[in-house]
Amino acid sequence: MVSLNVNGLSVEPNATPDTPLLWVLRDHLGLTGTKFGCGIAQCGACTVHLDGRPVRSCVLPVGLVKGRAVTTIEAIGQTQVGQKVQEAWLDLEVVQCGYCQSGQIMAAAALLARNPHPDDAAIDAAMAGNICRCGTYPRIRDAIKAAAT
Amino acid sequence: MRRLRENVNRRSVLKAGALVVAFSLAGAKVVSARVLVRDGAGGDASTAKAIGGFVRIEAAGRIVLVMPSVEMGQGIYTAEAVLLAEELEVGLDQVDLVAAPPDALLYAQPLFKAQLTGGSTSIRGFWTPLRQAGATARAMLVAAAAARWSVPPETCSTDRATVRHEASGRSLSYGELAGDAAAGPTPTNVPLKGAGQWKLIGRSVKRLDTPQKVNGQAVFGIDVVVPGMKIAAVTMCPVDGGRIASLDDRATRRLQGVRDVLRLEGVVAVVGDTYWTAKTGLDALLIEWDHGPNAAVSSETMRSKQAQASSSGKPIAGLLLGDVEGAFTAARKRVEAVYELPFLAHATMEPVNTTVHVRPDGCDIWVGTQTPVVAQTHAARILGLPKDKVRIHNHLIGGGFGRRLQADTIEQAVAFARQVDYPVKFIWTREQDIRHDRFRPSYYDRIAAALGSDGLPVAWTHRVTSGTVRQYFDEGGWPQGRLDKDAVNGAWDTPYDLPAIRVDWVRHDPPVKLNWWRGVGPTHNTFVVESFMDELAHEAGRDPIAYRQALLGKELRSRAVLDLAAMKAGWGTPLPPRSGRGISLHKNFDTRAALVVEVAVDEAGSIQLRRIVAAVDCGIQINPDTIRAQIQGGVIFGLSAALYNGITFAQGRVQQGNFNDYRQMRINEIPPFEVHLITSEASPGGLGEVGTVSAAPALANAIFAATGVRVRRLPIDRAMLAARTN
Repeated sequence: MVSLNVNGLSVEPNATPDTPLLWVLRDHLGLTGTKFGCGIAQCGACTVHLDGRPVRSCVLPVGLVKGRAVTTIEAIGQTQVGQKVQEAWLDLEVVQCGYCQSGQIMAAAALLARNPHPDDAAIDAAMAGNICRCGTYPRIRDAIKAAAT
Repeated sequence: MRRLRENVNRRSVLKAGALVVAFSLAGAKVVSARVLVRDGAGGDASTAKAIGGFVRIEAAGRIVLVMPSVEMGQGIYTAEAVLLAEELEVGLDQVDLVAAPPDALLYAQPLFKAQLTGGSTSIRGFWTPLRQAGATARAMLVAAAAARWSVPPETCSTDRATVRHEASGRSLSYGELAGDAAAGPTPTNVPLKGAGQWKLIGRSVKRLDTPQKVNGQAVFGIDVVVPGMKIAAVTMCPVDGGRIASLDDRATRRLQGVRDVLRLEGVVAVVGDTYWTAKTGLDALLIEWDHGPNAAVSSETMRSKQAQASSSGKPIAGLLLGDVEGAFTAARKRVEAVYELPFLAHATMEPVNTTVHVRPDGCDIWVGTQTPVVAQTHAARILGLPKDKVRIHNHLIGGGFGRRLQADTIEQAVAFARQVDYPVKFIWTREQDIRHDRFRPSYYDRIAAALGSDGLPVAWTHRVTSGTVRQYFDEGGWPQGRLDKDAVNGAWDTPYDLPAIRVDWVRHDPPVKLNWWRGVGPTHNTFVVESFMDELAHEAGRDPIAYRQALLGKELRSRAVLDLAAMKAGWGTPLPPRSGRGISLHKNFDTRAALVVEVAVDEAGSIQLRRIVAAVDCGIQINPDTIRAQIQGGVIFGLSAALYNGITFAQGRVQQGNFNDYRQMRINEIPPFEVHLITSEASPGGLGEVGTVSAAPALANAIFAATGVRVRRLPIDRAMLAARTN
């Protein structure tokens, strides 16, 4: 049993400490918005926030998360920056299949929270860890800029 | 309220008073509409054909549009909803969308006569039938209202799911009219709106599937939760065709939360309460594999055998036009080249997964599939059940690209799930998803042209050597000696005036299972044709665009996109050293597309994309914004493959396994990307695959322009591009 704070709620999922946070979110807590993509922190589909910073939940043992705040795609809209990112994503029609977009949005929201006006290089640095096979990258860049204004 | 729901629930269809408009698309022609009314008393079997149709209006006012094509990112739910809503006269905010259940009669793609989403056919095939369905349903609702008011139908108008009679100020909602409409006759040949009357077609309406994709609420197959469900991780013999030699699962079975260890011939599944329990159990297995007949398969051997087959194999005729041999004999100059393309994995972001519950009397399958009837048929066969006892709950798909056309993954899950009595979700790891994919065929192409005195081709030959996907898709495989058109699509129908041409195919089946991949045949052939066209232009000392223009006498739409792309890209304006622009042009899927890619190649051979400009004429545009998105995404998909991807084999094993060694382009590699659309009144063309087809040749031609190195083999070998020091 581990104690966690997920999206502002205290939870005690019955998972071993070595279980990656991703599978605790998905299988124990029913938060399926966070996606499994690669399992080795290569694609970013599993990105969540830990104390506001983006992390790859597929390689993060839940035992290391204790006492820190986890935010997932299901709750990012409750933050001002998260809501702006979601709105920009819809305004610019970024999404295609959508499978990677939870991770993209979490990465973008974390970027904008610490850098309200990122330039292209900052966007590259923050977003290059998130793969999109549908090729929505041009619109992701535009949407981040739109959310920043 | 916009909702996306799971596929049609049988009971909800059978509500009293529901108006269901269905078309049979099974034949070559669309037959007239019919209304299927069910009062809920009918037995299941007798009402099987009533399930679905495209439009369902319930007495309570709910308007349900049934989507014959699956949504896998291409925006088809929105586009198909637009076609129905345009003629039905309902707002997109008033409809619910549901995935069509498997029904080959109701939901066959007219161009394939099978229920299949692929080949950029959805809009081409459903453009007319969906508008007819909407218009027919509207006419019936109007007739019902007119009868109730005793007024002529033509004095009634419709808007936002309401019939109005302006003169008397009366109005009735579609829900209030559904029962009467269903009881009335079904009109035939209801006229469709003219383009000038369209409210939705041609507008960049907001996609209906995206709001739930930005907040984590969208349910893909992998997100399905079924009561009592367990989760399984699987491991397969690393060599396709191998089997389990021995299995020691004692350590696994001791783990808390592990429920079962299941076996098939060459696969083991560990079932647990959660995925991580199952995966941990899987890693604790001690398995020895008998690697079977493919244990020695290597890319080197396959490549040399394929090259040999190209010379010694018996070609199957594709196209023969004009005196090819004579023209070659008489020509002053002959140019020839060999092009090679690798096996490719699909690497969809959503890894392979299937959730299955097998019971003695039936089976439920929750999955995202491009071919629901295939999935149903194969599952029924494995289980010995009638097809209608296998229910397919189709889902949003986290990337298809062709992977989910074949049902091998669903068959595996069903074969496992029949061994237990509870529902199980099977999830492949990324490594399994890539290594046990069914791959885009590898190709070995010989192409040659005889040039006239003006440097233009007077004769052209193109021999494709490859396996065929149909061997793995069609019942009983693909007969020897029969042409698989996919092998030559894009080669025998180029936009160019080629006075004498021979295109043929040598079938050479590799010991690797095959599947279609985004852009299908044209992705491969257009790379060869457009690269070679560039070679010919260079041989002739002509600008690649001017050279192509000279061959487009009959293809004015192709010429227009070529000219537009060149103009927008600043074709011909100076670039720095080791920089260059490349062009590609093609007409596939009833669309014309030109692409200019601008690159810089550094001294070490690294490629930097600088700018991408596309020009597209896809005929009538349903949703221009989606069109631009599909072109951008398709091009990036194709560029990723050309830059990085090739599946290779050693000792029977696939050597790539995850995004570290099967790289994809990332945001920092994507340059400014413009898409320019030509307005046209031609019937709508396909789009999902168009950009992918354009990508590799434009890139390779740009690299030639930058470096003088001709890329004749994919993926691009950077070592070839390094600056020569001598």
